[in-house]
Amino acid sequence: MIDYIVRYHNKLLTATWEHLQLVLVAMAASLIIAAGLTLLCSYSKPAARVVLGLFSMIYSIPSLAMFALLIPVTGLGFTTAVVTLTIYNQYLLLRNFLTGLNEVDKAIVESAAGMGMSTMQILVKIQLPLCKRALVAGIRIALVATVGIATIAASINAGGLGTILFDGLRTMNEAKILWGSLLSALLAIVMDGLLSFVEKRVAPGVPDPR
Amino acid sequence: MTHAIEFHHVSKKFKGTSYHAVDHVSLDIKEGDFVTILGPSGCGKTTLLKMVNRLYEPNEGRILLFGEDISTVDVVQVRRRIGYVIQQVGLFPHLTIGENIAVVPKLLRWDREIIDARVDELLSMIGLDPAEFKRRYPAQLSGGQQQRVGLARALAADPKIMLLDEPFGAIDAITRTNLQEELLALHRRMAKTFLFVTHDIEEAFRLGDRVIVMNQGKIVQFDTPRNIVLHPMDEFVRSLVASARAKEQFWEQFS
Repeated sequence: MIDYIVRYHNKLLTATWEHLQLVLVAMAASLIIAAGLTLLCSYSKPAARVVLGLFSMIYSIPSLAMFALLIPVTGLGFTTAVVTLTIYNQYLLLRNFLTGLNEVDKAIVESAAGMGMSTMQILVKIQLPLCKRALVAGIRIALVATVGIATIAASINAGGLGTILFDGLRTMNEAKILWGSLLSALLAIVMDGLLSFVEKRVAPGVPDPR
Repeated sequence: MTHAIEFHHVSKKFKGTSYHAVDHVSLDIKEGDFVTILGPSGCGKTTLLKMVNRLYEPNEGRILLFGEDISTVDVVQVRRRIGYVIQQVGLFPHLTIGENIAVVPKLLRWDREIIDARVDELLSMIGLDPAEFKRRYPAQLSGGQQQRVGLARALAADPKIMLLDEPFGAIDAITRTNLQEELLALHRRMAKTFLFVTHDIEEAFRLGDRVIVMNQGKIVQFDTPRNIVLHPMDEFVRSLVASARAKEQFWEQFS
């Protein structure tokens, strides 16, 4: 196992880097789309129900099946992996974003509306600052899930740590299996730790009394 | 003459309910009057109030403010012209007291110096020293102080009409009496129209120039406190007055 890393550390580094790229690109796309959908959902309750229902349904499709569905459209490789990860993330992100927004005290939202704030102003000036923590928590869950699902992207030639893992499985090479899973677990733990740090640093919205 | 607030055959029925929360209500409120709306829970008093700033839209009828049908005005504009105070206060916990009071003037894009001066003026008016309280957060204030700030915030842009939805409902008895006195003094000085919802008959009669008594979505009586006590319209009003009298007798026995 040590031999393997000494001899192939370049290969491992490349795979980790690819994995990271996959995760970061997918997360960036996910956040942009989720932000737009959250906006849509906060303007229209029926839209919120439809969108959430749709993505929860999609979320239940296994990732391999999802790849199979997308390959005719986006082909093998990076793009298909990013699209899949992004679609899965919508459910996790939207759920958490909408829950966070809804948890803001109804009386506060009502007085904001009563004072003449538009829906957008209520969202930006009142709800978002008061649910920052819930938003970060949602991003954290989505990020860790993405690191995990991204290993499977190797099955469609999208690279990443999954490549090492699957190689190992095929050739019964324990070192590869171990390094593949260890590194992706490590990546997930590091990401989670990073976001947990951010989550704690984000002011809870309400300053502590005194 | 035009009235501050006019209800013309206003009805509201919420989806999924079989009765009218507000049932064909028509009444006029003179400018500068302090009008209280009194009634038991679920009588429609809060619904009636929230239709004035269009938090609820009536199913039937029209509401006019100074002769203008509010359904023809942009909803955000209607609300910025009206002060709104609720029982839960609803101060924004992430903003300082000063920032809370400045919300509507900022929405109206007042100059910063004017807003600053206005915030100081209002804080002094409600008896909170601006230097000390401006930079504090709502959580650092007592319930009574928070509701004072809620009041100041509603008054910030000098609205002609103030809607108050049981603003002192969650405040202890002693503070409540003080706040009632202050509110009356405020109203006397300002010549604004106050519409104040409460289920406390004493509060309704102490504060209101005129009292709207509501039951089951309908206006039972709309008159001065004195006239209501002397000439109750029906059994419901009579029993309301009687219940207040009974409370009085309860205290008599101790003296």
